[in-house]
Amino acid sequence: MGVEGIGARVLRKEDRRFITGKGRYTDDMSVPGMKHAAFVRSPHAHAKITGIDVETAKKMPGVIGVLTGAELKADGIGNLICGWMIHSKDGTPMKMGAWSPLATDAVRYVGDAVVIVIADTKGQARDAAEAVDVSYEELPVVVKTAEALNEGAPQLHSEAPGNLIFDWDIGDEKATNDAFAGAAHVTKMDIVNGRLVPNAIEPRATLGVYDAGEDHYTCWTTSQNPHVARLVLSAFYNVAPENKLRVIAPDVGGGFGSKIFIYPEELICLWASKKTGVPVKWVADRTESFLADAHGRDHVTHAELAFDQDNKILGLKVQTIANLGAYMSLFSSSVPTYLYATLLSGQYDIPAIHANVKAVYTNTAPVDAYRGAGRPEASFVLERIMETAARELKVSPAELRRKNFIRTFPHQTPVIMNYDAGDFDATLDAGLKAADYEGFEKRREEAAKRGKLRGIGLSCYIEACGIAPSAAVGSLGAGVGLWESAEVRVNAIGTIEILTGSHSHGQGHETTFAQLATERFGVPIESVSIVHGDTDKVQMGMGTYGSRSGAVGMSAVVKALDKVEAKAKKIAAHLLEADEADIEIKDGDVRVAGTDKSLPWFQVALAAYTAHNLPSGMEPGLKEGAFYDPSNFTFPGGCHICEVEVDPETGVTEIIQFVAADDFGKIINPMIVEGQVHGGLAQGIGQALLEGTHYDDTGQLLTASFMDYTMPRAQNLPSFNIMTTETPCPSNPLGIKGCGEAGAIGSPPAVINAITDAIRNNNLTMPATPQTVWNAIQAAK
Amino acid sequence: MYETQYHRAASVEEAARLMGEAEDGKFLAGGMTLIPTMKQRLASPSDLIDLRRIEALKGVTVDGRTVRIGAVTTHYDVSTNEELAKICPAIANLASHIGDPQVRNMGTIGGSIANNDPAADYPSALLALDATIITTQRSLPASDFFVGLFETALEPNEIIVAVEFVAPDKAAYKKFPNPASLYAMAGVFVAKSGDNIRVAVTGAGEGGVFRLKDAERALAGNFSPSALDSLAVDPDVLLSDMHASADYRANLVKVMAKRAIAEITNRPM
Repeated sequence: MGVEGIGARVLRKEDRRFITGKGRYTDDMSVPGMKHAAFVRSPHAHAKITGIDVETAKKMPGVIGVLTGAELKADGIGNLICGWMIHSKDGTPMKMGAWSPLATDAVRYVGDAVVIVIADTKGQARDAAEAVDVSYEELPVVVKTAEALNEGAPQLHSEAPGNLIFDWDIGDEKATNDAFAGAAHVTKMDIVNGRLVPNAIEPRATLGVYDAGEDHYTCWTTSQNPHVARLVLSAFYNVAPENKLRVIAPDVGGGFGSKIFIYPEELICLWASKKTGVPVKWVADRTESFLADAHGRDHVTHAELAFDQDNKILGLKVQTIANLGAYMSLFSSSVPTYLYATLLSGQYDIPAIHANVKAVYTNTAPVDAYRGAGRPEASFVLERIMETAARELKVSPAELRRKNFIRTFPHQTPVIMNYDAGDFDATLDAGLKAADYEGFEKRREEAAKRGKLRGIGLSCYIEACGIAPSAAVGSLGAGVGLWESAEVRVNAIGTIEILTGSHSHGQGHETTFAQLATERFGVPIESVSIVHGDTDKVQMGMGTYGSRSGAVGMSAVVKALDKVEAKAKKIAAHLLEADEADIEIKDGDVRVAGTDKSLPWFQVALAAYTAHNLPSGMEPGLKEGAFYDPSNFTFPGGCHICEVEVDPETGVTEIIQFVAADDFGKIINPMIVEGQVHGGLAQGIGQALLEGTHYDDTGQLLTASFMDYTMPRAQNLPSFNIMTTETPCPSNPLGIKGCGEAGAIGSPPAVINAITDAIRNNNLTMPATPQTVWNAIQAAK
Repeated sequence: MYETQYHRAASVEEAARLMGEAEDGKFLAGGMTLIPTMKQRLASPSDLIDLRRIEALKGVTVDGRTVRIGAVTTHYDVSTNEELAKICPAIANLASHIGDPQVRNMGTIGGSIANNDPAADYPSALLALDATIITTQRSLPASDFFVGLFETALEPNEIIVAVEFVAPDKAAYKKFPNPASLYAMAGVFVAKSGDNIRVAVTGAGEGGVFRLKDAERALAGNFSPSALDSLAVDPDVLLSDMHASADYRANLVKVMAKRAIAEITNRPM
């Protein structure tokens, strides 16, 4: 390892611009003649539109255009779609209701976009938006996940009778029933995983520019995957062919999944730019973000776990209702199916699993991937029921887990996933030691003397990252391949540009991707630049989500570096009159091994571009591209331990310690990995203790600002005690597993297990706010 | 935000004149509630008349045990005033826990009590301290000033000049914050001067700040936390929302009251 190579704690190159306020976000972009958009949104959760009167608004000061869904449709712009086909267990395809970017006939959630207004200033656009008169005939509303399938529940889409989008299952139902028939003990639980609002620090924004001279569009947008955005805008929404559409995702202030999807607004602003002849910018305000960003989670589950007399798991049954909101967002169908139920085996050898998932429509904001996307829901189900089973069986929760760990790899689970590597004893041992798990009962007694209820909880999670082998996800219904691309350009003076299809919106790629080239060629990290986020600059790529940039994006970079290294060695061998096999590249020099013959790296690059003296038949230049398609998912896992003290008088929970022992495989930059773990834990603990999304019975979002939606603050969090173990991932060249979501996946069950241990009442839903905990304490009295 | 006309008044007389001339004016102090409300387009005053630069409304003066706090004194200035901290640390402590540093450096005591948010901190202190609110037109006791949710006895053109109170022998404020907004979900201010005990509650009452007279009576004979062990706070007069039911608030009022008394008496609960 060099000081700036793989494994080094290199400070983030991108932070200079971020911490000096020089970042360039979509809202910082300005083009000549640019105007501002505001959306008229539905104030009702469910209503027929009986009329839209735009005449008054059109006459307001500064107004350039007031456009409706009817005009959008007339111009051939398509409906929004979900790009992952799920088939119900009876073989029928999922039932997707139409989602018009601007509602024409009906609105189905508060925040549904109806009209776009474009004006000289943002204020004028908003004034005019208020003057648009939309007539509604209100319809009955269904909001709650558990009520969507009730007989007589209000219908959202005619395409989906009974609000049922699909009724899907995975695993062997008969084998699972048979396993339960011989069980010595069965633990049964109802588990709710509540709805979350993503709340990236930068609200969504877009700037659509139509160039009439070139008949060409440019879309600046807050996206985690600009190429996917271009593909979908072109192929499905009919905005423009791909060669006539450039999508740029500049600096993006956090995504957490919510910026994967194509939303109505970016599509409409592009279309409106052509329609009105002016560049159109829209920036969400915070309440718009609450209302109209895709939300996360929202599962209602019943789970049963069967054990034999020796406390070995025999089988798992899971039934889940997943709320997808009012419309199917881009990848919404994959989250509660293949990203969820395929992880239900956790770290355990479970012979039989059967899971049934019913996805439903309700009059709420669409739900899609949010940090962890399905895997937090799976680990919450499994780790809550494991802890509960240990309490019922009166055995140590740590030892019950250990007894059931998978220890031989590869391991084929009953739910598709084939785990390639792991050492679950190692992370459990590291966690137990760091938390002094053995010494807990003494600490509980000491706390009791102070009137506090102390509890401890475990979570041994596994997740699947590095999404994903393209053929595999294609067979499961994905509409896209999930490979990644890279191009490595060595310039004539030896500096390097890496063009990647991954997109950084907080992950630090400009540093970690550069570390790969620094490691390989020994060039200073300042000589390596990362180019991403612009479809005109970078070859087709699939973007960043699902903790895939390390395992998939970096693997593509490695493949391209391999090709560059091979060509550089050929050139050097020719120049140094040596055998190619004897050439080594170290510390910025290209040497003949075992001799003092060497060339500086830049001279090899220069030789490639002067082309005065290249091996016979070799093309000039030193630039190579690669596509990497993974052969398997990767499987990060770990052990999270939370210890809490609850104040029985107020229900306030204080986290005394939080230990995370994670196995992420090979680590490129430990500092950045630690940052990812800290952020993930903050979000997971936020879900467990603080973040609750409340719609009232009429479908109004009560938690539509930070005054009512509790985001985690520093004061809510302890100083984390984190550590890593390492079993390299065998399926990719660097041995990387991924770390971006682990904190949010592993931590919620650890926190709830700790609180329920403290208060001796297992019936506790997230978020465990002081009121919720106090109520649970009263109920247990 | 809708268009509005901003005026900076140099004196209360000028402020009153500007308000008289405005079509639908609003006095602006710290703006910690008004400006966000305007940004959300939930308020649209034609004119904003800024009182913050009026010297006569600024500052804390302590004369013997009488305290006078000018209406546009910021929470920060109240929380860091050394003379005040000596004779009434409870109110300085209260001010130091309002909102966040930005709010404490902008928000003012006059703005807070004129808005009379049912979850604001100051109203409980002024009611428990039996403070006098001095306006451009009159002086009135806190008990008459605070009328209901976001409602005070102020007339449209009346400006708060200062609040005045006699420092109590002992006092304490305990607040249980709303987890999201950090406003009080139950805040209890207890003041004791000789045999006179006053307990005022903010954040919990469905009619805004109120005195907890049952607690005052219980404490009269036994000023200790245990005196409130059998106190029953009536949930029927308390707010109920997604953050805290009336029953939970009733519990919090009692717990915060006991903790305030524990702090004053330095006795465990």
